[in-house]
Amino acid sequence: MLEISDLRVSVGGKDILKGINLTVNAGEVHAIMGPNGSGKSTLSHVIAGREGYEVTGGSVLYGGKDLMEMEPEERAREGVFLAFQYPVEIPGVNNVYFLKAAVNAVRKHQGLDELDAIDFMKLVKEKAKAVKMDESLLKRAVNEGFSGGEKKRNEIFQMAVLEPKLAVLDETDSGLDIDALRIVAEGVNSLRNEHRSIMLVTHYQRLLNYIEPDYVHVLADGRIVKSGDRRLAEELEERGYGWVLKREVAA
Amino acid sequence: MAASTDHVEDLVGKEYEHGFVTDIEAETAPPGLSEDVVRFISAKKDEPQWMLDWRLKAYEHWLTMQEPRWAHVHHQAIDYQAISYYSAPKTKDDGPKSLDEVDPKLLETYAKLGIPLEEQKALAGVAVDAVFDSVSVATTFKDKLAQHGIVFCSMSEAIKNHPDLVQRYLGSVVPQGDNFFAALNSAVFSDGSFVYVPAGVRCPMELSTYFRINASKTGQFERTLIIVDEGAYVSYLEGCTAPMRDENQLHAAVVELVALKDAEIKYSTVQNWYPGDEEGRGGIYNFVTKRGDCRGDNSKISWTQVETGSAITWKYPSCILRGDNSVGQFYSVALTNNRQQADTGTKMIHIGKNTSSTIVSKGISAGHGQNAYRGLVKFAKGAENARNYSQCDSLLMGDKCGAHTFPYIEVSNPTAKVEHEASTSKIGEDQLFYCMQRGISEEDAVSMIVNGFCKEVMKELPMEFAVEAQKLLGISLEGAVG
Repeated sequence: MLEISDLRVSVGGKDILKGINLTVNAGEVHAIMGPNGSGKSTLSHVIAGREGYEVTGGSVLYGGKDLMEMEPEERAREGVFLAFQYPVEIPGVNNVYFLKAAVNAVRKHQGLDELDAIDFMKLVKEKAKAVKMDESLLKRAVNEGFSGGEKKRNEIFQMAVLEPKLAVLDETDSGLDIDALRIVAEGVNSLRNEHRSIMLVTHYQRLLNYIEPDYVHVLADGRIVKSGDRRLAEELEERGYGWVLKREVAA
Repeated sequence: MAASTDHVEDLVGKEYEHGFVTDIEAETAPPGLSEDVVRFISAKKDEPQWMLDWRLKAYEHWLTMQEPRWAHVHHQAIDYQAISYYSAPKTKDDGPKSLDEVDPKLLETYAKLGIPLEEQKALAGVAVDAVFDSVSVATTFKDKLAQHGIVFCSMSEAIKNHPDLVQRYLGSVVPQGDNFFAALNSAVFSDGSFVYVPAGVRCPMELSTYFRINASKTGQFERTLIIVDEGAYVSYLEGCTAPMRDENQLHAAVVELVALKDAEIKYSTVQNWYPGDEEGRGGIYNFVTKRGDCRGDNSKISWTQVETGSAITWKYPSCILRGDNSVGQFYSVALTNNRQQADTGTKMIHIGKNTSSTIVSKGISAGHGQNAYRGLVKFAKGAENARNYSQCDSLLMGDKCGAHTFPYIEVSNPTAKVEHEASTSKIGEDQLFYCMQRGISEEDAVSMIVNGFCKEVMKELPMEFAVEAQKLLGISLEGAVG
């Protein structure tokens, strides 16, 4: 699904990612953990195609295609979804209207007919129920005046409707209280299947209490310094990031 | 799109109806303005003496006036003696012979707006030669209005057929000497629309796109007068979403609205005159005086405008709230791209008791566009318990454009309540990226964000107009980002 080889990225001349190697297969859930400033968010933004990042080396293949060559909207239409750490407000644009434009852009790309209003509403209601999204939020402008939890839930709801192949969740747990976290995690779990790959980018282990990853990677100073299974996350929770980073230096 | 065919049919029908082609072909006034030219225009239109006198009075006034300089716009000096103030309507031989001869870029825009082929031809100035059964359609329309006693005709017809109404109301809201351009218009106005809705009648249809094409033929000095009698209602739509080309660079229209007791007028405009090329060359100067008079108690006048065209737009649709409890509203979207300049806003003059006004202005600037909101809210001494709410929002795209706000408030009555809110925002890269990450193209994302920004104004437009206006905003901003 996703094959990152020796990816090097700089921002404003400063090297942020210094040779990332990571392979994510269909159906797998990978957690990318690391301290602040390790390059986690940069990695998710580069995958989604945000401007302002200079790829200075390496490659990213998505389904065998060169992801870095694709425009952001093309990546989205090919099934790459980024759940934003800070979802953006778009005043005056209705949530459902926005999502319909997105779904139909994706469908058009796939050579499918656009959904009409009735079929679309059916789909939306079904998905809203599945991720426990309050229907009243659908009628409002995109993220406008939403609480932090509502914004994150809206991201998961959009993901449910768009059914991506690769979902990158950028610090989706940040700023959530424990109830909101549980609801968001349940949403993600309900979207787990053998065709969909998920990357959870997170600072804390607590999200992984609710979403069990297949692999855990520790990102530090622009490199993946340690990989393991979910026990690695537990160890990090107990001992902090310090021991991983120290060992890296010693080796 | 049966309605669109109607416009073409009306156009064709109208030309014959007035015998333009046979009567005044090949007659054009020489450039320049003089008393003789005013007399020539009046004579050409076969006007009565009182109309000529009215024009001459305006002309004399104009001679004493100076072109105003206070607007936040820049253009080369206009040579008023280089303009021809009367030219016969174009004949079929002047225009392109077919759509093949028309600028493909223009056709592309028409296609995006979904304008039917026949109408495209008319807009692009292609001779429409087909013989429609047009007369019957136009007649049906007019019959229906006549049944309600509504008069809806050209200004020229009104001068001939309803002299009493014209004499009573023309210039009663915008006097001949009101301002430089209004005086010029009063002296040389070419034609325009006249509406009278009798007491107690609710006009059964939007008076509208009927004139969509015809309006383009009324020339550069358009004059509109709408009178709504006691307890009556009308919704009037002016303009066109399709870009209209015109070789006349200066447009100075005057629109007067009169609402008597308990009457309501809703006036909606979509203005999309040619803005010029990317450097602003050749665009229209649109200097318009629009004013409504809430003359009777409990009357209401509502202006809604979407201004996307013209090189320079300079207009302030205003309300004089004379009657007690009268209501004035102004909803505006003004978009400037490339080198376009707009200085627009409103005046709300509160005179009567318990009068209220609402101003919602949305300015969008892109490219090198300059957008100014200029508004006056005035409370006269006797305006007990009057109130105003103003909201001015600006949206900037890129870093070469400008947004300016000049709100003036004059209060002479201590019971007045005024609220003013203003905001300036930039279309964020964050917003665009968010949309694009969901698969939405950049173009569609811009259109969506801008339309969201303008929503409060768009919802005031009649449904069909609103859909067109939304598309128009998107198209007008093409290439503005990235």
